[in-house]
Amino acid sequence: MSVTIERGELVSIVGHTGSGKSTLAQHLNALLIPQSGSVTVDGTDVTKDAKDLRGLRRKVGLVFQYPEQQFFADTIRDEIAFAPQNWGVRGRDLDDCVDAAARSAGLDPSLMEMNPFAVSGGQKRRVALASVLSMKPDYLVLDEPTAGLDAQGIRELIRLMTELRAKGLGVVQVTHDLESALANSGRVLVLENGLGVVYGEPEQVAEHLLLNPVEGLVMPPFQRFIAGLRERGIDLPLTSDISSIIDKLEEMRRCAF
Amino acid sequence: MSLAPVISMRGVTYSYPGAASPAVNEVDLDIGPGEWAALVGANGSGKSTLAKICNALLTPTRGVCFVMGADAAAPGSPEEIRKNVALVFQNPDDQIVASIVEEDVAFGPENLRLSRDEIRARVDRALELTGLSRYRLRGSFSLSGGQKQRLALAGALALDPAVLLLDESTSMLDPEGRESFLRRLGDLNACGMTLLQVTHRMDEVVHARRVVVMERGRVVWDGASSDFFGGEYLRWNFAEPQELILYRELLARGFIRQGTVPTVLGMLGSLCL
Repeated sequence: MSVTIERGELVSIVGHTGSGKSTLAQHLNALLIPQSGSVTVDGTDVTKDAKDLRGLRRKVGLVFQYPEQQFFADTIRDEIAFAPQNWGVRGRDLDDCVDAAARSAGLDPSLMEMNPFAVSGGQKRRVALASVLSMKPDYLVLDEPTAGLDAQGIRELIRLMTELRAKGLGVVQVTHDLESALANSGRVLVLENGLGVVYGEPEQVAEHLLLNPVEGLVMPPFQRFIAGLRERGIDLPLTSDISSIIDKLEEMRRCAF
Repeated sequence: MSLAPVISMRGVTYSYPGAASPAVNEVDLDIGPGEWAALVGANGSGKSTLAKICNALLTPTRGVCFVMGADAAAPGSPEEIRKNVALVFQNPDDQIVASIVEEDVAFGPENLRLSRDEIRARVDRALELTGLSRYRLRGSFSLSGGQKQRLALAGALALDPAVLLLDESTSMLDPEGRESFLRRLGDLNACGMTLLQVTHRMDEVVHARRVVVMERGRVVWDGASSDFFGGEYLRWNFAEPQELILYRELLARGFIRQGTVPTVLGMLGSLCL
């Protein structure tokens, strides 16, 4: 598989259960080393030059599928402070770094002295994100970041990923949710049984999947509706934007008169 | 005559140590045998805590919870309750105990001291129900997130519980896997299994016949799922499925009529241009 991910873009990796999404994500910060091929981060081939793994993992932050797998401190503040403390950040600088990371992750400041295991699933997700953001990574890899989050949590997380991307981070989310991937990413990579079947902009990917369906990935309702319109001769790109669909229908109605 | 509830809570309150406010606050709730109820609410609303109380994993700080007629707080009750009430956690890694898939599924029935034939039959059935038969000899921890989630479900189903509590238990499944699992849950429910399903996903809630909404530890709405989808869900800030967004927009502009089935095919079929 050959894939390039740029800074300042939001890429979604989608695929069915067991398609290799999480395995691929773990190659991005050298948690796994490929048996063949190479992974290059900002010019450094991590498969050959494994000397600075610490630096690499600081550069590429990974948030696991279940954030509680990463927790070990007694308070949320200590949890977030762990990485910067390890690099010698102390005192006021450490507090500032922790507070900035917590703010970026949308964490409720009143929770900072609580045990990370005692907060809700959505807040745990934010703690895990804040503890990775405290490393000030250039790339952020999130494995199923929205699983178990409520509607508000999902909206906030998507907004956060978009903001981080706009700040210049390369953001990669692993998801089985094709609807969210098509609606929120700059580029989408689709995996099937460990192989990359298509990588491109959302509309391009939707066109490919319409012609070549992938097991376990169901085309989202908007795109299925557009495919139905095309069968009636109404041509429209496979968009996730409801207003484009409505505008097209309005145009067709005007033409009919 | 209505049958006695399998779960009955009165004034149930639970506070985590050191927490400023209770996670579950003064909840009265009855779940009848054979019901399929969805427990919905924002993160931190108390849904998972309530599910753990139903399984006697947590004991209420105040109030009483009867499960299958037994006071969940009485000595010896939790062990009895867990023979009949299985809970599938959000995170499958919290639940997987054996390194081989079929051994993990057999763990529960073995602890019930069932015969070897019965254990095998239950393992076969649970693996088949969750679509894992071909993975039975695989390493449990080599499975993907979604497969592990199916394994956790298989372990619970092998207990042949009267009540199944599902805490966001399909969050890692792909859409086809989720759909087929929900169909199978429907079959189990039709055979009498009581289901209490904690979920955020509105496309899962449609399968339940009853919806219980929680907010800040309290039950704030409890009714039929048809009433919930009749507009109630919009009040609670849940994610609106794309089908319903499309339905609302097309209806507002007169492209479809009131009463159109809110599915893609239904809307395409009654589109007036």
